[in-house]
Amino acid sequence: MSGTYLGMPAFPRAAAASTRDTQLRANLTHATRTIRDKRAKAVAELDDWAQLRAAGAAVKDRTLRHLDHYLEQLEAAVIAAGGQVHWAVDADEANRIVTRLVRETGETEVVKVKSMATQEIGLNEALAEAGIRAYETDLAELIVQLGHDLPSHILVPAIHRNRSEIRDIFRREMASWGRPAPDGLTDSPAELAEAARLHLREKFLSAKVGISGANFMVAETGTLVVVESEGNGRMCLTLPETLISVVGIEKVVPAWQDLEVFLQLLPRSSTAERMNPYTSTWTGTTDGDGPQTFHLVLLDNGRTDTLADTVGRQALRCIRCSACLNVCPVYERAGGHAYGSPYPGPIGAILTPQLRGLAGSLEASLPYASSLCGACYEVCPVAIDIPEVLVHLRERVVEGGPVTRGGARTVLRPARGHAAERATMRAAGWAFDHPGVLRAGMRLAARTRRLHPRRLPGPGRAWSRTRDLPAVPAESFRDWWQRTRGTSPKHEGGGK
Amino acid sequence: MRVALFVTCINDALHPRTGQAVVTLLERLGVEVDFPVEQSCCGQPQFNTGYRHATEPLVRRFDRAFRDYEYVVTPSGSCAAMVRDNYPRIGAKAAAEGRGRGLVDAAAVAVPKMYELTEFLVDVLKVEDVGACYPHTVTYHPTCHGLRMLGLGDRPRRLLEHVEGLELRELPGAEECCGFGGTFAVKNPAVSAAMGADKVRHILGTGAEAVCTVDNSCLLHIGGTLTRQGATVRPVHIAEILASTEGSPW
Repeated sequence: MSGTYLGMPAFPRAAAASTRDTQLRANLTHATRTIRDKRAKAVAELDDWAQLRAAGAAVKDRTLRHLDHYLEQLEAAVIAAGGQVHWAVDADEANRIVTRLVRETGETEVVKVKSMATQEIGLNEALAEAGIRAYETDLAELIVQLGHDLPSHILVPAIHRNRSEIRDIFRREMASWGRPAPDGLTDSPAELAEAARLHLREKFLSAKVGISGANFMVAETGTLVVVESEGNGRMCLTLPETLISVVGIEKVVPAWQDLEVFLQLLPRSSTAERMNPYTSTWTGTTDGDGPQTFHLVLLDNGRTDTLADTVGRQALRCIRCSACLNVCPVYERAGGHAYGSPYPGPIGAILTPQLRGLAGSLEASLPYASSLCGACYEVCPVAIDIPEVLVHLRERVVEGGPVTRGGARTVLRPARGHAAERATMRAAGWAFDHPGVLRAGMRLAARTRRLHPRRLPGPGRAWSRTRDLPAVPAESFRDWWQRTRGTSPKHEGGGK
Repeated sequence: MRVALFVTCINDALHPRTGQAVVTLLERLGVEVDFPVEQSCCGQPQFNTGYRHATEPLVRRFDRAFRDYEYVVTPSGSCAAMVRDNYPRIGAKAAAEGRGRGLVDAAAVAVPKMYELTEFLVDVLKVEDVGACYPHTVTYHPTCHGLRMLGLGDRPRRLLEHVEGLELRELPGAEECCGFGGTFAVKNPAVSAAMGADKVRHILGTGAEAVCTVDNSCLLHIGGTLTRQGATVRPVHIAEILASTEGSPW
């Protein structure tokens, strides 16, 4: 898997390929089940989890309702603390701003701490075009970058790789990016971590520009917060002279007090830890300490359009914990790449089609990438009702309807390729509303039952490739009831 | 007590014995069962595939068929959840689209009377031992909508544990979806089949003679996968186990 997210096949095709990759499925099953069990234990330790979850959802909802207010408050606070604020309406504008800011420093190399927002906008590729090399410093991101790969998980971007694959990547690629892998590198976790540490240390000590994301932005003080496990992020945030943070506008929270809720919800949901190992906060600039220039790039890129949808906007509550990925049976089999964006799994299935719109075939297929089992909603620490949003987006796909794109209200037309399904659903709906017709159909099916195939042609073929169809019984329940209990004709509603 | 049976379209057409078992069971417990013939489908296949507007006549039909009953009992966790969770949503959206409050009212009437069978037995009839006898080894798969949307909890298990002769076998990974998901099985056949294969592997691992759920739709998928593999494990709805007695085995 390499290259760009664009041009990805629609979900069912990509997922079908993944289900045949036994190594991938083994890697994913092992990793997701381990963390799933640990998370359940960590969450069970808190007897106020349900209240924390409700509080997290409430804080996010209130902030989103008044997003303009809190963003302006944040901007003023960042400027007052010595930082500069830039607003980017879309990916291109954000990339232009960051490229210009790096160029102004005269540097051609930057270090990065894991940032999903920069992955979302394709910043590394944009910088490369401008002759600027971006070095990922999060261990998993480093593995992905060295492997010319794409992240496949929110928390563990290289979850699809096992240790021996990582060793091979380090041996093969490290030399062309900086310090080579030590001779005789094995796949023991300690040796792999040490190889990465030595490789990255060179970068941290020489880089003049750092680029980061943020988990939260506190409006009252203009403070940004990064939550990470390795300490590499803290190096990126403190050592360079210039720090550029690219953050989605939905990451703002009103006050420090709100962090008390999220710093409990996030680590337990994501890594099953009681407390996060490295929580770094930075506020503007301080003379003689840390970066002397600080830029905050506030990224919209479809977020205000998402906010305009009263059902779909709950996706913006997401704190990127990845708990939904780790419990999702579809993610476990399809793998993260099938979702075609840095946001895989159930949250990706509702976030990507909202941020990008439903026009593309991948985006239109994502709302269907779920059996609606509800496991994602159950674990979500901010109570995003993912199944509700999935069904809501499915309606937009098949029926069209009002949406906001580029800040303007417009009416979306139904997606192509659903004509036969639409006709079937309408016919079924009509038959279900005319029990006389339904009953005639059931009787016909019962009379011809011996002729029914156990495997289907056409669209049903995929179903019957691995499953037998049920046999149609000789008599429907309805007919049995009438035969044994009788029913007066006046109750036999034939229609409306 | 008189209740209306909402048999659901899948049971009506494909699993009539489940409906017959519910009637047998409830009558044995002294409940008078009615089958309002105006009923049809709850609208879940259409709603979950994105055809919300096509479900509106079915909400009205449900309302007409069951308005006069205090209790509506259904042998389907997923159809009960459709009524309870999604009818109010359908009503609210119709009202927001300026089409009046008729569907809001229909949903408000439907929701409190809708009971999945095991809920009705445990919560309303307050019975856990229904006098059933089913001398077989059984494993129980808690279906997703019963588990998470309805919150059935251990009600089905408590009922099964009281069945004479029944030996309940633990199902590993019980709370994981079997991969049916209505039209999901058609739209994402590879992933659905992979989920079904894992579920069936766990079921076979229990060595049970039968696998039981509160939903025939999941059993359709699990059963189809079992028979394709030549396995003899029997998919059976919980109502059929609870209806079975020593004198009259189901």
